[in-house]
Amino acid sequence: MALVSNSHKACAVNPLKMSQPIGAALAYLGLDACMPALHGSQGCTAFGMVLFVRHFRENIPLQTTAMNEATTILGGMDNIEQAILNIWNRAKPKIIGIASTGLTETKGDDVDGYLKLIRKKHPELDELAVVYVSTPDYKGAFQDGWANAVVRIVRELVEAPAKKIPDQVNVLAGSHLSPGDIDELREIIQDFGLNPIILPDLSGSLDGHVSSDFSPNTTGGTTLEEIKSMGASSVTLVIGEHMLPAAVEIGMKAEVPYIVFDRLLGLEAFDQFVTALSEASGKPVPGKYRRQRSQLLDAMLDGHFFFGGKRVAVGAEPDLLWAVSSMLSEMGCEIAAAVTTTSSPMLERVPASEVLIGDLEDLEERAKDCDLLITHSHGRQMAERLNIPFLRMGLPIFDRLGSAHRISVGYRGMRDLIFEIGNMFMENAHEVGPDTWAKSKGSAGAQAAAH
Amino acid sequence: MAGLNAKVQEIFNEPGCEKNQGKSEKERKKGCTKQLQPGAAAGGCAFDGAKIALQPITDVAHLVHGPIACEGNSWDNRGAKSSSSRLYRTGFTTDVSELDVVYGGEKRLYKSIREVIEKYDPPAVFVYQTCVTALIGDDIEAVCKAASQKFGKPVIPVDSPGFVGNKNLGNKLAGEALLEYVIGTEEPEETTPYDINIIGEYNLSGELWQVKPLFDKLGIRILSCISGDAKYKEVAWSHRAKATMMVCSKAMINITRKLEERYGIPYFEGSFYGISDMSDSLRQTAKLLVDKGADAELLDRTEALIADEEAKAWEALEPYKARLKGVKVLLITGGVKSWSVVSALQEVGMEIVGTSVKKSTVEDKERIKELMGQDAHMLDDMTPREMYRMLKDAEADIMLSGGRSQFVALKAKMPWLDINQERHHAYAGYDGMVALVKEIDKALYNPIWKQVRRPAPWEEAWL
Repeated sequence: MALVSNSHKACAVNPLKMSQPIGAALAYLGLDACMPALHGSQGCTAFGMVLFVRHFRENIPLQTTAMNEATTILGGMDNIEQAILNIWNRAKPKIIGIASTGLTETKGDDVDGYLKLIRKKHPELDELAVVYVSTPDYKGAFQDGWANAVVRIVRELVEAPAKKIPDQVNVLAGSHLSPGDIDELREIIQDFGLNPIILPDLSGSLDGHVSSDFSPNTTGGTTLEEIKSMGASSVTLVIGEHMLPAAVEIGMKAEVPYIVFDRLLGLEAFDQFVTALSEASGKPVPGKYRRQRSQLLDAMLDGHFFFGGKRVAVGAEPDLLWAVSSMLSEMGCEIAAAVTTTSSPMLERVPASEVLIGDLEDLEERAKDCDLLITHSHGRQMAERLNIPFLRMGLPIFDRLGSAHRISVGYRGMRDLIFEIGNMFMENAHEVGPDTWAKSKGSAGAQAAAH
Repeated sequence: MAGLNAKVQEIFNEPGCEKNQGKSEKERKKGCTKQLQPGAAAGGCAFDGAKIALQPITDVAHLVHGPIACEGNSWDNRGAKSSSSRLYRTGFTTDVSELDVVYGGEKRLYKSIREVIEKYDPPAVFVYQTCVTALIGDDIEAVCKAASQKFGKPVIPVDSPGFVGNKNLGNKLAGEALLEYVIGTEEPEETTPYDINIIGEYNLSGELWQVKPLFDKLGIRILSCISGDAKYKEVAWSHRAKATMMVCSKAMINITRKLEERYGIPYFEGSFYGISDMSDSLRQTAKLLVDKGADAELLDRTEALIADEEAKAWEALEPYKARLKGVKVLLITGGVKSWSVVSALQEVGMEIVGTSVKKSTVEDKERIKELMGQDAHMLDDMTPREMYRMLKDAEADIMLSGGRSQFVALKAKMPWLDINQERHHAYAGYDGMVALVKEIDKALYNPIWKQVRRPAPWEEAWL
C-alpha cells in the first residue's frame, strides 16, 4: 500500500535510528545471568549503556573489549580473550553475549574463528555459554541487531529435544515489546494452561525490581536451560516480523512449527493470537478475556469520535511503526507521515501513502499539520517547535517514568492505549468561537464534535 | 593519522601539569591513563570527550562523521544550557553506510557540510572524526578545508576518533582543534581591563549562570567561556581576555597554557564548587586582573563581596546543621569534586566516610588529606558490589555520585544524589552549595525510606 523510499540526503539530521550492536546488547540483556559485551572501542559500550540507563532507570550490565588503534589494526583476538576471562573471573555469568561494532567489522575481525581458538585454549570455560553476533554499525538498525542476536542465541544454544513437551510454547519477542508487554503476554498464555518460554525476556531483567542482593550480571530473563529446551516446545509464537528468522532457525534445529503475529495491537490482530492460543491448548478462551475484549469494544466505540479523521505522524522502527499505525488507522486516523529506520517487508503494508527510511528532520517536515506525533523521546524538540501533542513510544524514552511498564499488546493494553491517545486528542481539541464558521476554510465543524 | 599521533604525544607532554612533568620520558609517552582492561572497563571514548567539550558551543552545527552509533545512540543526552541558539541540540551525522566504508566517506561528508550550511546557516560547522572513518582513511581535514573555502565559513575538523583514548584525551584534542582553527580568528568590538576567560565550564544545568552574577557584581566581564553557553565568535576572540580561570582540573589545560604562551594571558586553576573555593576563585581572578592593569580597588570590592556572600551562604546553611549533623556521606566522583564539596559538607556537620580518588591528581589527594585528616578514607577503584555493601550495611547514609552508580544506592534502598554531568540541579557558587545541602536534606528526609525498607507484614506472618 505504501510507497517505500529512502531519504536522499547526505546528512542525517536528528537521528531516529540507533545502531545494530546496542540492539543486540538489549537482546542479550533479556537473558538471565548474562553479561553482554560489545567488541569495539569503549565508547561504543558507554553510549549504549547511558542510553539504556536513561530509558530503563536500571543498572545496565554491559562490557567492552576496549579496542584501541593498535589492537584494531592487529586484530582483536587478545582483547576478546581477555574480556571473556575478566568477565568470567569478576562476574561469573552463565552467558556472555558478544556483538561486533563498526570498528571491528571495518577491520574484519573473524570473531567466530577467535572464539574457537579461545575455547580450545581455555577448557575451564566449558560451562560458560558464549554467543557472538556480527552487527556492523554502518548497516541496518537497532531492530536488526536485536533480531540477528536472537538468531545466533537460538543457533548456538537450542538443543534437539529427546522428547516434546506438549504444553510448552516458545515466544520470540520482538524489540518493540516492553517488559510490561511481555508480562502481559505471559499471563495470557499461562491462562490457557500453556507454559511459555519467552526469548528474549526483558520482563525478568529490566522490569525495575529491587533484588535482595547485588549482581554484576542480569538478574532475570530467559535462563540458559530454558533456551536449551526450546526445541521441545510444541509451537513457536513469533511476535513481530523481524523475529521470523529465529523461528525458522528453531524449526530447522528441532522441527518446531511457528506462527507469525506481525502485530498484537488491534482488535482483529489480537483475536488471531487468542484463537491460536485456544487451538494450541485445546481450551476455550477464559471468561476474563471475553470480558476484556468486551471492554475494548466499548473503548473503541467511545473513542472513535476523537480518532476519526485525525492526522498522525509516526516515527518508529518497522515493526512498531506497523503495529501502531495499523491500530490508529483501524480507529479512523490517517497516517499522514511515517518514517522508519531500516528496511522490512512490513513497510509497504503500512497504511500510509509513503513510508520513508529517514530521520526526525524528515518526519518534522511531514508532520507540520498533524494532530499527534508519535516517536521516541528525541521527538521532544520537534513537538515543541511544531506545537502538537506528543506521545512517546519506542526507545529511548528518557523524559518519562515507567516506560518499561507501558503495555501496548492485548485487549487490555489496547483499551488503555485508546484512552491515553483519545485523551490527548480531547485535550487538544480546538475550542470553537464566534468566528469559527465565519471563515470559509478549515474543518472546524468536525473538530466541534470533540468538545 | 600521523598528524594525530604527533598531537596525542604532544598532549601527553604537558608542561602545565606537575604530575606529567614528574614522569620519565618513557612514562610520559604512555599517556595519563592506565591501559584499559578488556571486559572490565567503563567510560567514554575520545570522541565522547571531544563532543562533551565542544557541544556546549550553542550556535554552531556539530556534525559527526561516522556510522549511526556515534551520534544516533548518544545525541541530546547532556544538560548544557543555552541562553539563545538551540542548534547545538540538533543531531547531525553522515550516518555512513557499508558502501561508504568500501568507497570512502569523504564525498558524503562534503555534501553533508553543504546541506547543513544551506539549511541551517550556522556561523561554523564542527566536524567530528570517528573510529570507522579514521580507519578507512577519510581525510576530514582536507574535506573541511575544501568546504571552508567553497562555502566561505569556518569548517573545523575535530580529529578525535574514539579508539585513540579516553574522554579526557578527547577533551584535550577538542582543545587542540580550537587552538588551531578557532581562537584568534575574530576580534571583540571592545575590550576592557576586566575581561576574563572561563575554560572547562560547560554550563550544565545552567551553572555558569549561577556564578555569572557574582562576576557581574564586580564588573568583571566573561569575554568567553569555553564552552558553556558560548557562541562561536566568543570562543574565536578569547585571545583578547586579560586572565583565564581554568575549571575542572586538567581537562582543558592545553588551551589555557597555550593562551598564556601565545597571548600572555595568565591563568589559575579554580573551582566553583564549595564556598571557600568559590571565594578563592573570585580572589584569584581579581588578583590576576589587577596584575594585568585593572584598578587595584577591585581587590577590596572582591573581598567585600566575598564577605557578604559567604555570610549569606553560611546563614542559609545554618538551619540544616541540626538535621544533617553526623550524617555519613559516601562521595563517589572524580577530580576536583572529590575535595571541593567536602569542606561545605563538613561545615554543616556531615561526615565523609569515603571519597573516590580514581580521577584525582596528587594535589587533589593532598587537599583531601588536609580536609579529612591523614587517615582519610580514599577509595581508588571501588566496585559497585563494594558500594552496595557499604550502603546496605549502613556504613554510609547517603551516596553522592554520577548517574552510572545511582542504582547501586537505590537498590540498596539508600538515598542518592546526582553530582555529575547528567544532574538536574545546579550546584555552583554560593547559591549552589546551599542548593546541594538542601537537596541532600530533601533526599535524606524523604518519607519513602522507612516505607521501602520495611518488609511486607504478610511476609513475616508466613515465616
